Amino acid sequence: MSSKQTTKTTYQIPIGPIHPALKEPVAFEFEIDGEEIVDVDVKLGHVHRAVEWTATKRNPIQILYLAERICGICSYCHPTAFTIAVENIADIEVPERAEYLRVIQAELERICSHILWAGVAAHELGFDSVLFLTWQMREKALDLTEYLTGNRITKGIITIGGIRRDITKDHLPKIYETLNYFKDNFEKLRKIFLDDKTVRMRTQGCGILTKEDALKLCAVGPTARASGVKKDVRVDQAYFSYADLDIECITPDILTGEVNGDVYDRIIVRLLEVKQAIDLIEQCIDKMPGGDIVSEPKVAKVLATLKKASGESIGRMEAPRGEVIHYVKLEAGNECPFTWKVRAPTYNNIMPWVPMLLGEQIADIPIVAASTDPCMSCTNRVAIVDSGKRYQLNREELHKMSVEKTRRLMK
Amino acid sequence: MKFSMLPQVFAQMFKKPFTNKFPAKYQPSSTTKFLADVGTGKAKIIPPIETPEGFRGKIQYDKDKCIGCKLCIKVCPCGAIEYKEKEKKIKIYVSRCCFCAQCNDICPVDCLSMSNEFLLADTDKYSKDLIVE
Repeated sequence: MSSKQTTKTTYQIPIGPIHPALKEPVAFEFEIDGEEIVDVDVKLGHVHRAVEWTATKRNPIQILYLAERICGICSYCHPTAFTIAVENIADIEVPERAEYLRVIQAELERICSHILWAGVAAHELGFDSVLFLTWQMREKALDLTEYLTGNRITKGIITIGGIRRDITKDHLPKIYETLNYFKDNFEKLRKIFLDDKTVRMRTQGCGILTKEDALKLCAVGPTARASGVKKDVRVDQAYFSYADLDIECITPDILTGEVNGDVYDRIIVRLLEVKQAIDLIEQCIDKMPGGDIVSEPKVAKVLATLKKASGESIGRMEAPRGEVIHYVKLEAGNECPFTWKVRAPTYNNIMPWVPMLLGEQIADIPIVAASTDPCMSCTNRVAIVDSGKRYQLNREELHKMSVEKTRRLMK
Repeated sequence: MKFSMLPQVFAQMFKKPFTNKFPAKYQPSSTTKFLADVGTGKAKIIPPIETPEGFRGKIQYDKDKCIGCKLCIKVCPCGAIEYKEKEKKIKIYVSRCCFCAQCNDICPVDCLSMSNEFLLADTDKYSKDLIVE
């Protein structure tokens, strides 16, 4: 009689291309041993919309609105990075007042984005009451955006050579009211995120990205700063009027005195950046000089100048998620750009997922993936192939697993 | 504090919901009947929250002012504007419009402007409400 032999093997979970906690469709393949992740493979390139090709059929003014639609949350930084590149090529001087106004809009977008992220992170932990609290705050930020730009999401505020709408004295009371609301509520939010037992249990020591890995894998933005890499385009290569403002890189050791590079540190960095953004908006309003807001008010003239311009340039900007780079090449006599290449921050923050996820559990996937702030796209499925028996794990079940882990830890 | 969210949750329990129940507090069983009732004065519509100053809603076109320079067509990012050769005027398809108001900026005679109107849902993208000329 032969005894039945059992061998212990790892199994694979493919996640994506359409999946939780992912902004763009990305395919993961996890090698799982029990509950633990032993290997991760990432595949990119499922969301090619030919935006860059479309741009070669349009003039730079039209591209501003095309760039805005690359990403809904970064609807300000993409056209702005494009504008910086085009202004470099055509040597367009931007009036000083416009530079300050651009900073105000950029920081307002940062507040919106980080608060949205904080809510989503709480949701991934199964802490939905915090999600509603943070999104209540975000609503105020969106109201202010609508008041200043005319739209809530696709702002359409930037233009080549300046900015389209001025901030006048009539706007100031509402701006101060909203900023004071943020300041009052920021302390509340900080307490909930940084002192609450539930959040700390799930985020401390989870999804660690070391400084070496962050440097090696070129992580950008809050993800890199949470690992102790002092990297911020606003400080390193100040554009707009950031050079005149009091600004420094935010790393988690400012608050806690140590850098762990875990999800908790990424929460600290983003929350402190919200505070910094409020401060920067106030500084801008105080220091803003008078004057024009566009270098050339006649758009037709701008287009004529750009038609004559030729050359190539790069536009760099610190978006809420990290550094965004736009490469533009213009040809003389041709209205449309010859090439336009966009490098979004999430592209750099994909590879750091691999060291972050290694050794974590399946239930930690949502919060670790969300901690680099890829935009959440909804309903997704995970198929688990376990020794020929195939069953599926959908978005809700994965979320349920995450909630259950929180409950388990609370006991 | 161990669970710092708890006081916030209790405070929230006694607050009124922020949502403005537009157009009615509860969903009417028949929308057409509800609208008919509103017409005769039997029912009332809860008004939407007012749009802020400078809101970019449905486009308005002053035909008499227009000189037919085609500049708006040149900058429109989504190709929503059509040129009528015979009349030398333009026709705007609102269903394609992305509400960027770039045409308002470039217009040399200021014949285009944005209104406050935002209720633009329609089953037909070529319906009369969605074509401005």
